Amino acid sequence: MLRFLFGRLWQSLILLVIVSVIGFAVLNLAPGGPLSQFALTPGMTQAQLARIAHQMGLDRPLPVQYWEWFTRLLQGDWGRSYRDNQPVLAVIGSHLWATLLLMGTSTLISVLIGTWVGVLGAIRRYSVFDYAATVGAMVALSIPTFWFGLIAIYLFSLRLGWLPAGNMYTIGDGSMLDYAVHLIMPSLVLALVNVAVWSRYMRTAVLDVMNQDFVRTARAKGLTRFAVLMRHILRNALVPMITLLGLQLPTILGGALVTETVFTWPGMGRLFLDSLGYSDYPVVMGLLMLSAILVLIGNLMADIAVAIIDPRIRLG
Amino acid sequence: MTDMAFKVDPAPVQRWWQRRAVKRFLRHRLALFGLAIIVVLVLCCVFGPYLLPFDDLYIDLRARFSPPFSGPHIFGTDPLGRDLAARLFMAGRISLLVGFAAMLISTVFGSLIGIVAGYYGGKIGAVLMRFVDAMLSFPSIFLLLALAAFIKPSPMMITLIIAATSWMEITRIVEAEIKSLRDRDFIMAARTLGLSNSQIMFRELLPNAVGPIIVAATLTVARAILLEAYVSFLGYGIQPPLPSWGNMLNGAQQYLASAPWLAIVPGVAITLAVTGFNFVGDGLRDALDARSDIS
Repeated sequence: MLRFLFGRLWQSLILLVIVSVIGFAVLNLAPGGPLSQFALTPGMTQAQLARIAHQMGLDRPLPVQYWEWFTRLLQGDWGRSYRDNQPVLAVIGSHLWATLLLMGTSTLISVLIGTWVGVLGAIRRYSVFDYAATVGAMVALSIPTFWFGLIAIYLFSLRLGWLPAGNMYTIGDGSMLDYAVHLIMPSLVLALVNVAVWSRYMRTAVLDVMNQDFVRTARAKGLTRFAVLMRHILRNALVPMITLLGLQLPTILGGALVTETVFTWPGMGRLFLDSLGYSDYPVVMGLLMLSAILVLIGNLMADIAVAIIDPRIRLG
Repeated sequence: MTDMAFKVDPAPVQRWWQRRAVKRFLRHRLALFGLAIIVVLVLCCVFGPYLLPFDDLYIDLRARFSPPFSGPHIFGTDPLGRDLAARLFMAGRISLLVGFAAMLISTVFGSLIGIVAGYYGGKIGAVLMRFVDAMLSFPSIFLLLALAAFIKPSPMMITLIIAATSWMEITRIVEAEIKSLRDRDFIMAARTLGLSNSQIMFRELLPNAVGPIIVAATLTVARAILLEAYVSFLGYGIQPPLPSWGNMLNGAQQYLASAPWLAIVPGVAITLAVTGFNFVGDGLRDALDARSDIS
């Protein structure tokens, strides 16, 4: 187990290095450069720009810049925001939990709904419900998340007035209920795609397990259908789902970015877009790294969880 | 009784539409429905602009915010009084073209990397696949936006950027397929016959992986159209005045209360197009009996 863990950690670190090189190259090779925002200041001269570039070390060769950035990153110094000179980690940290709250709630909802839609589709295979769920999932996968958000705002905020159209809380009211009310629409919108993916995979997984011998044995022992489903089928079908949850993380995070913009949710997605608009390279780079780290941690945790739940899988 | 020549029945000529895969696809109702959607959308986008009496760039401030189905403008007009239907069709040309071109590029590139990684395996394969893993651990929309924000966005660049963030799935599929075929007897035979590596890869292995590639390519069109919509909606994609389905939605949120059709019309078009390609992809998967993984 330990050896496996170290192996995976090592692999993840190598991946992170590759990710950081890609990200760094993408940002720094693009025309315009980090100083484009400062170049817009009225009265800025070429000489001044060159001096700033020299002060910030931007006139050195890229590999040197990368190396300095990377060694500092490892020491926990992610640089400072070009916008307000705050440390990148602090800037990201203040937006992180809003995104995690949104992603967590939405994932919980989609797992709960998706599991049962998938299970029902599998045990009532080729029924009207199964067919509707299949078609519904494919349509859900085809709806742009942001557009679904717009339509939801139009219906439930503007037309019916049931739910707030955006933000995380009402100014002056910070109660749990207020947060919850603001969370409903964005988390459901974000959940839509994941319910679709989750229910499809769950259906396949349950169908796979249902035809295996031990299920027939369990039925032959006299267990009720329901008991077999809960104790034997679900337990086995859920194992591949955990891996899927790990793999889905980038998609959920990307979806959160778009959902946050539509619902003016103060999370990492909004921060990312704002920083892009301001050419705030250190924050953009920090967010790219952090999202990759989150994804890798998610995958690692999924692998470990699978190993704990499923005794057939031996790590080594 | 001299010529007892054998009469050999000529092998029945099999037309392409008699193939089993084609038949299975034609029995797939959803896939046909999807195909119909795509055909109608493409026809509308190709011929629509010629049939409408309005130009997509003609600004008419007297006709601002006309609601749909109420006057000469079928889908209404936008904040500048431009005809929404004309814009929708012109935008469709861009969006569909971007989606299709991005699919072509990422399919060719992705398959190429996948074949090389799968065929050679070993160190080359490991390095290539780790690179694929690294690319996959970015949420693609983050990477896409970062690229689009710093590069001058033209339809060409947007297409390339979308392709650059969506070839990895195809690489994975092709690599797995090639790896499973690499050690079969027919490849051994090909090698014994003295075929070169590239001949084996492209003449022997690639044709066997065509099914999964076609399925993945169809789904990639759907994905690419969605990605273009996301990026353009956020303001970093196709730039106005050139309309695309994504950037038509860009300003729609602020008029949601007074002019909801600005949001509804392009969104329905995107959803229809993406649904169409997803349905066709699903039908192709069933018809070609490829591996059934969803995403």
